[in-house]
Amino acid sequence: MADTNKNNIDLDFVYDFYTKMKNNNVSFAYEGEISHEITKVFSSLAESHIAIDNESNSLKRRVFHVMIESLQNIGKHSEEKIDKNSPTDGQGIFFMSKTKNEYTITTGNSINKKEIPNLKIKLEAINSGSKMSLKKLYKEKIKKGRLSEKGGAGLGFIDIVRKTEQKLIYSFLDINEKKSYFVLTSTISRTK
Amino acid sequence: MQVIRIEGTDDTPQVILDANPDNPIMEISGRSLPEDVVSFYEPILEWLEEYSESPLEKTILNIKLEYFNTASSKLLLDILLKLEDMADDGKDVLVRWHFPDDDEDMEEAGEEYEDIVEVPFEQISYTID
Repeated sequence: MADTNKNNIDLDFVYDFYTKMKNNNVSFAYEGEISHEITKVFSSLAESHIAIDNESNSLKRRVFHVMIESLQNIGKHSEEKIDKNSPTDGQGIFFMSKTKNEYTITTGNSINKKEIPNLKIKLEAINSGSKMSLKKLYKEKIKKGRLSEKGGAGLGFIDIVRKTEQKLIYSFLDINEKKSYFVLTSTISRTK
Repeated sequence: MQVIRIEGTDDTPQVILDANPDNPIMEISGRSLPEDVVSFYEPILEWLEEYSESPLEKTILNIKLEYFNTASSKLLLDILLKLEDMADDGKDVLVRWHFPDDDEDMEEAGEEYEDIVEVPFEQISYTID
């Protein structure tokens, strides 16, 4: 009998999860390792999904772009990894949601608390930048910047905000003394 | 000089680098979001380095990308900087930047590279069916 009960709990969870997804307009959710293969598969999936909705090419490209940069961010920066030596295959969560006016791409991954102050400064600078100042920042970074060991150019956030023209929404949630969970949402307007 | 011919895939561009004086082709096209950008672009940069020692009378690089990620954008700049070095040496260099006529972002990316590097650019729009 114990087994049947356990099953019921699982089914409740499934329905609860489904309801929460629907209420938050989430059309796609994933938790796990973000490898290069997964990044490619999810991005093309989103591309074909958006194509069905008859969205413009430019919107399709923007969503595709934001997805790639967001997924690569998790892969490169998540503290949580199955293979500790892999420079890219970090673990994280990924959501895509769609409302009448916009698509949102949300990612979550654990990070070392020591990284928070720098990350905040970076995100705030990007969020408060004008179109022109972000263009300038992008140019400076691409000229001066060097690729990190992980193959990152340090341009992902700037590029997302430049392409979407929407501020990044983010928060840091406590996991324990050393780690926080970093949640980041990018918004892509459907009407622009 | 050795010819580089790399077939395009869903995450790497097609690359042709052929300095045959009768029919030179230098072209990067398709999608660029390689798993390892540095090792993908390394042979291309090495080829350009060697080519720049004795280039053809006129060097034309065609870039016709549908998509590139930010990591690739850095490597594309490195390629363009090699061409800038050649232009600084008084060589005749031209970049043809092709973009879909409905893709403002790709058009703007070309304009930005044109601002950053001192190499003549030609912006060419094309229509995707």
